[in-house]
Amino acid sequence: MKRTLRSPAVWLFLALALVPLAAKLGAEGYLLSLATRALIFAIAALSLDLILGYGALASFGHAAFLGIGSYAVGILAAHGTGEIVLQLAVAMVAAILFAAATSAVSLRTSGVYYIMSTLAFGQMLYFLGVSLSAYGGDDGMSLAGRSRVLGTAFLESDGALYYVVLGVLVAFYAGARRIMGSRFGRVLSGIRENPVRMRAIGFEPFRYQLVACVIAGCMCAVAGVLLANQTGFVSPAYMTWQRSGELMVMVILGGIGTLWGAILGALAFLVLEEVLSGLTEHWKLILGPLLVMVALSGRGGIAGVVARVQRLFHGRGVR
Amino acid sequence: MSTALLLVQVLNGLQLGVLLFLIAAGLTLVFGVMDFINLAHGVQYMIGAYLAAMFVAWTGSFWLGLALTLPTALAFGLLLEVLIFRRLYGRDHLDQVLATFGLIIFLNQAVKVLWGAAPLSVPMPELLSGSVRLMDGLLYPVYRLALITVGLCSALGLSLLISKTRVGMLVRAGASNAPMVSALGVDIGRLFMIVFGFGAMLAGFAGAIVAPILSVEPGMGDNLLILTFVVIVIGGIGSIRGAFIAALLVGLIDTLGRAFGPQLLRLMMEPAAANQTGRSLAPMLIYILMAAVLFFRPSGLFPVRQ
Repeated sequence: MKRTLRSPAVWLFLALALVPLAAKLGAEGYLLSLATRALIFAIAALSLDLILGYGALASFGHAAFLGIGSYAVGILAAHGTGEIVLQLAVAMVAAILFAAATSAVSLRTSGVYYIMSTLAFGQMLYFLGVSLSAYGGDDGMSLAGRSRVLGTAFLESDGALYYVVLGVLVAFYAGARRIMGSRFGRVLSGIRENPVRMRAIGFEPFRYQLVACVIAGCMCAVAGVLLANQTGFVSPAYMTWQRSGELMVMVILGGIGTLWGAILGALAFLVLEEVLSGLTEHWKLILGPLLVMVALSGRGGIAGVVARVQRLFHGRGVR
Repeated sequence: MSTALLLVQVLNGLQLGVLLFLIAAGLTLVFGVMDFINLAHGVQYMIGAYLAAMFVAWTGSFWLGLALTLPTALAFGLLLEVLIFRRLYGRDHLDQVLATFGLIIFLNQAVKVLWGAAPLSVPMPELLSGSVRLMDGLLYPVYRLALITVGLCSALGLSLLISKTRVGMLVRAGASNAPMVSALGVDIGRLFMIVFGFGAMLAGFAGAIVAPILSVEPGMGDNLLILTFVVIVIGGIGSIRGAFIAALLVGLIDTLGRAFGPQLLRLMMEPAAANQTGRSLAPMLIYILMAAVLFFRPSGLFPVRQ
């Protein structure tokens, strides 16, 4: 129990569970929608951290999976299928296929070439989205309403959607922790540290990395399904390379390879964006240099700072 | 498809190709020599276009404006190098991504603050306005022909610089093994700075010379940056020759694919379906090309580092 309480993630999730109550004190609708959106991106960032932090696979096309998820909702809804169970199933199958096919090519390369090949696949899917004129093309399309859950209108309530998103985030976080603590996760970390040595002791990096990419893609596609529900809108804009870059920035800002760091990074990025844009029209003049400073300081992002503070109090690091 | 139309599109493709080469040349060296991921390289191109717009408006002459743009773009590149990039060499690629991403956000907005969000235009120089008749029923703007010529000349000059001079030799050596060059007593920090400044200037030059035929607006470098990445990855990171060939390849395939893709498909499918497929396939062509190149040659067409 003591160990659980020392994990920053537990405190983070407890605080997040209280957000809807706190939102009642202020502009409820606005705060709740901001928080929901932030949590959805936290899921996406968490999934990216799985491959970026543990596998050192810096995917620059991860936003493609947000697109896969949201288009699964949009396209099925356009054909009269609003059932989220079906939408999730389609989104995940599509994500598995896309991740497996693209990673089979990308993983042949390494370093900068890997980054750029993932970018290429992301761009392909983006242009595919733009060309889908039956589903809004460049402009995207509005959804008539949120998905049905086993035929009920459960998700229509903003509060319910928030807790569903939070539930998914917590479940994915726990799942990701399990995966990374398992033999599979150890092998993946080993490959990140020294692929030659891992191969020498009998682990073929390709297979492990491929599975990691598929898992991460699947998780991110679920975030895409939720994103379409939150915004009520589906558009190729979810898949631009800038979006993929933002996901990367969230993970790096939060601190890579800690999972909860990625969550914090996504929350920080979105809240920062919102707060700064409330301050001034030219908020990007503040956000840009802030990111540069985080990079220059090189202290492992927010998670690095948290770990340092904890070490101060407990005399030991946590992970 | 008539010969005239084909020729026009080939020229347009060449023009995009040489433009891409001017930007890619600097980027591939920065990537290759310093192992540095510079997402902000597209912003240098945008800055070049804005500087040209400003200086041309001030001086009232395109040539004077261009002459002022080059040193300013160089100075700006060096300033960024000293302030930010220098501290990121040898660091994790992810820190470089974060820093240069932050820089894009900042500079795109700074440009909006300084010059306004509305697109600017740069008047075409008198000398190069008008069109020439290349063949029957084919008029082509002189300025675009001049662009192609300038681009090809720069490519030639650059390849001489890289293959014949001492600095070029150091750059080539740096691209294949930077620590070894440093160990042999070359001031690698200064070499990096030269390469970086020069790359920034080339990108700024590209921005300045296309300013008369494009609208100069914030974020104009973002999408071109991605095309440039495609070019240098296909060509092999650090290879000027690879960048040149890949740039022309990408320029031609992208332009011709968009122009003739639907027509070609019409030979095989129904017209409506061909139009739809052609329109969606055309922008993807270069990415498909890149994926194919990486599949067969995971380090690009002309790998530099062994």
